[in-house]
Amino acid sequence: MTPAIRNVSRRGFLGQMFSAGALVLAAPLAPRAKGDQAWQPSVYLGIEPDGAIKIVAHRSEMGTGCRTGLPMIVADELEADWSRVKVIQAPGDPKYGDQNTDGSCSVRNFYDTLRKAGASARTMLENAAAARWSVAETECHGRNGFVVHSRSDRKIAYGELAAAAATSKAPADSAIRYKTPDQFRYIGKDIPIVDLKDMVTGKAVYGIDARMPGMVYAAIERPPVMGAALKSCDDAAARQVRGVQQVVTLDRAQPPYGFKALGGPAVIASNSWAALEGRKKLKGEWDLGEHASYDSPAYRQAMLDTARQPGRVARELGNVDAEFAKGGTTHEASYYTPMLAHAAMEPVAAVAEYKDGKVVTWAATQNPQGVQDTVARAVGIKREDVLCHVTLLGGGFGRKSKPDYVAEAALLSKQVGKPVKIVWSREDDMHFDYFHSPAALYMKAAVDEKGHPTAWLQRSVFPPIAMQMNPNEQYGGFQLSMGWTDLPYPIPHLRVENGPALAHVRIGWLRSVSNIYHAFGVQTFTDELAAQAGHDRVEFLLKLIGEPRVIDFSKEGWKGARSDPKYPFDTARLRHVIEVAAQQSGWAGKKAGAGRALGIAAHRSFLTYVAAVAEVEVHGREIRIPRVDIAVDAGRIVNPDRVKAQFEGAAVFGTSVALMGEITSAGGRIQQSNFDGYPVARINEAPRETHVHLVASDAAPAGVGEPGVPPMAPAICNAIFAATGKRIRELPVKDQLS
Amino acid sequence: MIELTVNGKPARFDGDPDMPLLWYLRDELALTGTKYGCGLGLCGACTVHVNGEAARSCLTPMRVAAGKKITTIEGLAAGGPHPLQKAWEACNVPQCGYCQSGQIMQAAALLKSKPHPSDADIDDGMEGNICRCGTYQRIRRAIKVAAGVEA
Repeated sequence: MTPAIRNVSRRGFLGQMFSAGALVLAAPLAPRAKGDQAWQPSVYLGIEPDGAIKIVAHRSEMGTGCRTGLPMIVADELEADWSRVKVIQAPGDPKYGDQNTDGSCSVRNFYDTLRKAGASARTMLENAAAARWSVAETECHGRNGFVVHSRSDRKIAYGELAAAAATSKAPADSAIRYKTPDQFRYIGKDIPIVDLKDMVTGKAVYGIDARMPGMVYAAIERPPVMGAALKSCDDAAARQVRGVQQVVTLDRAQPPYGFKALGGPAVIASNSWAALEGRKKLKGEWDLGEHASYDSPAYRQAMLDTARQPGRVARELGNVDAEFAKGGTTHEASYYTPMLAHAAMEPVAAVAEYKDGKVVTWAATQNPQGVQDTVARAVGIKREDVLCHVTLLGGGFGRKSKPDYVAEAALLSKQVGKPVKIVWSREDDMHFDYFHSPAALYMKAAVDEKGHPTAWLQRSVFPPIAMQMNPNEQYGGFQLSMGWTDLPYPIPHLRVENGPALAHVRIGWLRSVSNIYHAFGVQTFTDELAAQAGHDRVEFLLKLIGEPRVIDFSKEGWKGARSDPKYPFDTARLRHVIEVAAQQSGWAGKKAGAGRALGIAAHRSFLTYVAAVAEVEVHGREIRIPRVDIAVDAGRIVNPDRVKAQFEGAAVFGTSVALMGEITSAGGRIQQSNFDGYPVARINEAPRETHVHLVASDAAPAGVGEPGVPPMAPAICNAIFAATGKRIRELPVKDQLS
Repeated sequence: MIELTVNGKPARFDGDPDMPLLWYLRDELALTGTKYGCGLGLCGACTVHVNGEAARSCLTPMRVAAGKKITTIEGLAAGGPHPLQKAWEACNVPQCGYCQSGQIMQAAALLKSKPHPSDADIDDGMEGNICRCGTYQRIRRAIKVAAGVEA
């Protein structure tokens, strides 16, 4: 169900976004100068009298290309001339619908709505032209910025029709004339992102670049352990630092931590450097509190032990225990994946001004409505009194959905009476992340004489994201649907479980979230079973997935499974990407040898089917990845080059996950501070070539930002096993090969 | 008083001489194309040219920048787009784009010393620059396109 499109030309929506001449519209009482005003058929779209098309991107650009892809959808149905399109970034406002740019859903959640916005406007323009020419509406067609009547060889520019169209009612659903996919002008074509030139010339503005007149810079000494309380702070030396203006203190956040500012002494200075230098000179004493007991090695062992104990059942078919008790061949394994930090190249960043009971902020945020809510609550004003402008994001990966840093800037601005830019160092960004949770997995299967599983038990344990709202929550909840309860193997005896784990740091979602460890467990264990029985890995994987079918999980032991008729789990599509990846990688012809081998993994997440084949070369403890082939079925693709880029990037992100990423705690303090302690893949460590194979599909669009990540670590580790015989059951690989 | 040249123009600074050039460029001159990424010379996002050589501006104190000619991403294309900027566009390199100023400045220095870089040269020259989005293979391709070597 797409929202109704209304003609709101005279409502003054988004008046500030239009040209000076068009600003007339923003004042409801202003006279409507004929033919000299912009027309705004939906909140996403406006047409200026000079023919310029303004399309609103209401979701955040962090590298996925959605700031270009979403407008492409509108422009396509509108038959706009792309060279006349200006993309305008929306501030946070519920009228746009969901703006939280996470979960790989920008295109899939707004594809229909944006098509409708564009098609409605074009229909109205065509109707206006038909009225002017006294011809049938269906004989008039929008074409690249004009309405054309081909029988009489007449055409008229959109801008000239805007005023007339603005006086008509938006068409009813049945009267909207949509294009057919073969008529698409932009959807499915490689369109360079609108910010490309700015990005290569240094003009692009990110949150860290945003400035407000008279702003000061602030660096906060946050509680070193979650929940630690400040006992005292000597700030005398900090105040002596050149450029430091004052030191103020933000109150400590109380659990649940949600998106709250963590609190702590804040050094206010005239530039970033002075703020950071001043902070170094603070002498704070802390009461560390209960989470000071958090040591990663012990926590890891406790989680692995928990994973060996019965947990909560999330899905059950047949009788796994009875099968195991039969005394046949079984295979079991434990897996562990560590805590991870997002480590976007731009640390979280915002500037905010509190003035006269209102807040204006420019923020690198995935979640501008979340900024409104969080800031409003923090400073005690109404959410509509928070204006959140959205800058470009220097990466997000889920971290920038949580606006704690914007609340910090707003709270400090309220205290010091000036706009405040909050400065997060790399160390801050790493220490005060909402971490990807560590996870322990336990897998067990009974197999028949051919090595095929007849019974399958899998149990995952991880501190859940729900801790943000309930610090005592220990179970995975919705996170279990991410690659765990939706296991697509038709095994007659199956049980999926989840065990408890309490969080001692803030936990959040990171690019593909729980799919990372769940896919690692399932796809590594699958490879282990194949290896044990001596089967070809690709054939075995296809065998486990079974005959093509649409899975109704509610009939396969998953109580409460919700099936979306628009996005059924179709194993034919999963099988197909596996076959494509195998074929394109030369799977059948490449034999393992001399420390070189291929590994495969396949996983469906964010409604997209992905198979990855990684080729690895192992020399001693050194691992190279000369080639990755990723086959993707994400339904209809809007901007293929950007989709390919997402999967090229996912191959690199997944390489970091597989080989090097690990965050640990000692005494409740995070031990890694920068890219030395927390390395991420560099150009010489990343896969040398990643080939992305997009499956042509007219199925509904699915996610692309995240689903490339989950199959990467198991594909790489399965390849390492094939090359060396060393089975990787714990991430990262790091020095396990030495 | 520290005097230096930034993108061909004279510039002055009378603050803390220990302040890294990075913050002077960003906070004082509002040349925000040069990015902060790590503050320790680990990521390359802050790369500029100091007297024509690539340098990490986060590790270059103002006292060291004194008297030097500084070029930032904003000054790289003073006479029209640099071949690397054209290649970066042609190859659609950026995703989030944040690290790309530093990547381009580093690549420009690489091409000065190695006009026809091999893959190994690119590895050596570019391994100090992190791209968390993972645009490395397009960076490699764009450098080769700009250099006119087989991509």
